[in-house]
Amino acid sequence: METQKRFRDEKHECMSREEMKALQSEKLVKQVQHVWDNVPYYRRKMEVRGLKPTDIQSIDDLHKLPFLSKADLRDAYPYGLLGKPLDECVRIQSTSGTTGKRVVAFYTQHDVDLWEECVARAIVAAGGTDKDVCQVAYGYGLFTGGSGLHGGSHKVGCLTLPMSSGNTERQIQFMQDLGATILCCTPSYAAYIGETIKEMGISPDSLSLKAGIFGAEPWTEEMRREIEKSLGIKAYDIYGLTELSGPGVAFECEEQTGMHINEDHFIAEIINPDTGEVLPDGTKGELVFTSLDKEAFPLLRYRTRDICVLTRGKCSCGRTLVKMAKPMGRSDDMLIIRGVNVFPSQIESVLVKMAKTMPNYQIVVDRVNNTDTFDILVEVDDSMFSDTVKTYEDMQKTIANELKSVLGIRAKIKLVEPKSIPRSEGKAVRVIDKRKLHG
Amino acid sequence: MTVKQLSVFVENRPGRLSTITRLLGDNGVNIRAMSIADTKDFGILRLIVDDSEKAQKVLKGENFAVTITNVMAIKILDQPGGLADAMDCLYKDNISVEYMYAAFINATDGTAYLILRVDKTDDAVTALTEGGFKLVSDEELKSL
Repeated sequence: METQKRFRDEKHECMSREEMKALQSEKLVKQVQHVWDNVPYYRRKMEVRGLKPTDIQSIDDLHKLPFLSKADLRDAYPYGLLGKPLDECVRIQSTSGTTGKRVVAFYTQHDVDLWEECVARAIVAAGGTDKDVCQVAYGYGLFTGGSGLHGGSHKVGCLTLPMSSGNTERQIQFMQDLGATILCCTPSYAAYIGETIKEMGISPDSLSLKAGIFGAEPWTEEMRREIEKSLGIKAYDIYGLTELSGPGVAFECEEQTGMHINEDHFIAEIINPDTGEVLPDGTKGELVFTSLDKEAFPLLRYRTRDICVLTRGKCSCGRTLVKMAKPMGRSDDMLIIRGVNVFPSQIESVLVKMAKTMPNYQIVVDRVNNTDTFDILVEVDDSMFSDTVKTYEDMQKTIANELKSVLGIRAKIKLVEPKSIPRSEGKAVRVIDKRKLHG
Repeated sequence: MTVKQLSVFVENRPGRLSTITRLLGDNGVNIRAMSIADTKDFGILRLIVDDSEKAQKVLKGENFAVTITNVMAIKILDQPGGLADAMDCLYKDNISVEYMYAAFINATDGTAYLILRVDKTDDAVTALTEGGFKLVSDEELKSL
């Protein structure tokens, strides 16, 4: 049998380390000059450090450049980081604004093409070709998910179903009637579609789906297996930030052991989030990106707040692009409860291990008499059901004990009725923090 | 001989029992016995009904977590010592009762009906039958 080539751009995806460094260095020098000439906000940051564009000769000088953070993006809102005149821009996209003021990113046509090429690499890595029917169930609009996957799907030549998110029964109907082979959406929505398919009595084998490209929110390996089973597909992770373009900054290959970063467009670094010091590959720290080709929104050393690890070495898929592990969570997602750092993903892993299927859950944090309360609502389902109170109480205890050993603090587990926690058709609301810690 | 009992997971908040009982009533399901095991946050509503399959379907349709357990429905004499005789019968075979509750069945012949869940159901059925107790089947339950 002929093996299918799974590269969109073999030259760049499989470059040797030396070639990649040379390419990145060449692009970086140009990009720094572009930013210096066109983005006074960043130029001032460089000047404060006594830096001139000529101080950056290669990627070995990257560490000299100042960081940009989300706070900078807010300060510079809306036009302060623009690298091209507005009449050369053709698009904006915006973040969900869940952590404060929205961030608005600008794109020239070149930027849109570059972004869509990055997504196209992800689709091809997931086995996509022009024979595929790609159902885009990410939200369309300001959110980058919909337009990103839509554009990438066009580039690959898939028949694109621009569903946007929501209206789950219609999603499933189109999936059946038009034989969608690739589903793109958030993992929580994929799980929801899987659940609905089961409820409707539709067998995953009767669908044509073969792959899913899921991202835009943290998800766990356990959730991946759950989705793969419920939809009968292989689930691929995709990573990105609106600030850098959108989904497609990094993508997974069939090995499913981390996401390849499109480093010919984005240089990745891992830093110590407290000191800003660059850490070696294989060390856990904050992910920082420098966009090498973006014209309209050319961010240098942008701190993502994502905590993860980078690994190098040729992947079995043939790509040489550096791999990033699934982020442990954004530091924005991290809760500090009774002084302990808690990532929702840790809680999810425990729950999936305890229950047979992925339970729907919600974390509720409050502060009563100056002490944090930490409740986790877990939906009961038929598979864990029993007729005695003791079984439930044992289950509550087991979950609480397991969480205590993972997190170091005790949570109160509250069992709730099925479907009583609101389902999301976009991003899951897993955390409700009622503490009023800032006035 | 056992009867099917529905166990429904119910959160402790106002209106839940009203919803469940109304739902069953509107669907023509008659409740023959019930009890609630309660904790601080939730309870388990145990129901013996005249049509357990229909009741399960109706409740699941409204997203309740429902499970079916086989329990015993026995007839005892409604007089002092009537329950004690049944308990003695189980105790002599070292059978442990997990829970029990009385049924709504109105007998005119001086008997009462009990719902019993034990650790060893088969042994209990044998012990009670041999002890002269009448066990009720699902079919019989419908006509009582």
